[in-house]
Amino acid sequence: MWTIAKREIGSYFKSPIAYVLIGLFILLISIFFWPRLQASRGDFITILGDMGFFLIFIVPILTMRALAEDRKNGTEVLLMTSPTSLYKIVVGKFIGAYTVFLVITGISFIYPLIIVIMGGVFTIQLTGGYIGFLLLGAAFIAIGILASAVTENQIISAIISFVALLVMWVADTLATTVGGIVGVILEWISLISRYQVFTKGILGLAEVVYLLSFTIVILFLTVRIIERRRWVQG
Amino acid sequence: MIEIINLTKKYGQIVAVNNISFTVKKGEIVGFLGPNGAGKSTTMNIITGYLPSTAGTVKVDGYDILTQPKEVKKRIGYLPEAPPLYRDMTVTEYLRFVSSLKGVARGKQQGQMADIMELVGLTDHRKRLIDNLSKGYRQRVGLAQALVGNPEVLILDEPTVGLDPKQIIEIRRVIKALAEERTIILSSHILPEVSAICERVVIINNGVIAAEDTTSRLSDDINQFLKLTMIIMGNQEKIVKTIKTIDGVKYIEAAAKTEDNAYKYIIESDKDVREQVFYKLAKAGCPILESKPSTMTLEDIFINVVTQGTEDK
Repeated sequence: MWTIAKREIGSYFKSPIAYVLIGLFILLISIFFWPRLQASRGDFITILGDMGFFLIFIVPILTMRALAEDRKNGTEVLLMTSPTSLYKIVVGKFIGAYTVFLVITGISFIYPLIIVIMGGVFTIQLTGGYIGFLLLGAAFIAIGILASAVTENQIISAIISFVALLVMWVADTLATTVGGIVGVILEWISLISRYQVFTKGILGLAEVVYLLSFTIVILFLTVRIIERRRWVQG
Repeated sequence: MIEIINLTKKYGQIVAVNNISFTVKKGEIVGFLGPNGAGKSTTMNIITGYLPSTAGTVKVDGYDILTQPKEVKKRIGYLPEAPPLYRDMTVTEYLRFVSSLKGVARGKQQGQMADIMELVGLTDHRKRLIDNLSKGYRQRVGLAQALVGNPEVLILDEPTVGLDPKQIIEIRRVIKALAEERTIILSSHILPEVSAICERVVIINNGVIAAEDTTSRLSDDINQFLKLTMIIMGNQEKIVKTIKTIDGVKYIEAAAKTEDNAYKYIIESDKDVREQVFYKLAKAGCPILESKPSTMTLEDIFINVVTQGTEDK
């Protein structure tokens, strides 16, 4: 598991992907952060809300190659015929992508730091918000990993996860419009409504459990999908 | 060591492997031979646990691949048709990754990797990026990968494909060296390769086993017929007639004209007729200019077996 995670991390930082994503993320936050800084408003927590939205663009690029690339290159054979379980392979891939996400998140600490330096405070709410952000990232990356398991084409994988994340982002709004059973289902998969609780500065236990179990269930599904594909199409 | 019992694999409606069974004893080196698309790679993918079978069982060292995949996978080193390489890694990085993946103890990794790289001739290239290696060297890295963890069984799918003749000879030498203490299944559609390395051959065609025996015995089977190629001077009709009268001759065919008034003949018989042919032709006044016996090679056996199989259908 750690072997695979370690290789993934190495691979991310050898290719331009990690750097491009970090650059993109910093650029996006800066664009949103600058006006606030000028207006001397110290509420970084609202930016955390925006950062959740940026993840919709960043995560698909981060995870698109995770499993798809192995299938395309034939390295899947190596992983599958090694005495490692499929769970460890999938979780290893997840940890690899998540580590890059952690690096990106770590870099975003620059902004609250700027606020603190300029006389603001790093509030408890912001800590809660960051915990929420880390959990949201986990759930998003799990979806990205799942998307990379269904195809061997990285672009398609990225598009699938982008669309899936986008649907989840607007699920809440859609739910109220659609109503009925579909509305209930949409509400149920709405990661955002859970995340918004964090960005309001509340550390809700129910939301923590929800996001964690969401991640685990999606990773479990990924394993099942790969297994099923092996049986069906060979 | 390896038991394959009634193995079947279907891709939808297409039957890739149809009810094949064979066993490989410990220490044996078996050639798995067949034309492209015969089901060689599919069978190997099943033995190594990459693909599940539709029916039938595969056992390695007594462990079933379906129920105890981990035990089986620990014992097998697999070189698939396309070497499973991470091109963004150097040779050493890659082999270290494979070592950890296969659970080689950390302390042993370095030494084992050095041994393997020495064996397959990669030591001088260990710091190079796999992406920058030539095809032949990538194939070596693939072979090195299969050797990591010192597995008892090696499954090699077309190990010499795409290599230049010098590299082929080297890789064969490596495989022969490995065979001393390991059980090996090696697939190929190149016949001299199999006859050069393997003790026993399993010929597969259209998903079924067409023949299975030791390399020498397979040749014997076919060589119950004696084949002579002769160049004889004289009237073609007369010669054919004369030879046909000889006891034991099963078949005669006049082939190309070689020089003035001389033709090439192919004679097949079920016993040695060379002496008879000489006397009869001398009597008829037709001198033999050239005579050579032709033994059947593995190539002939292969074509024989494969075409027979198709004709039966």
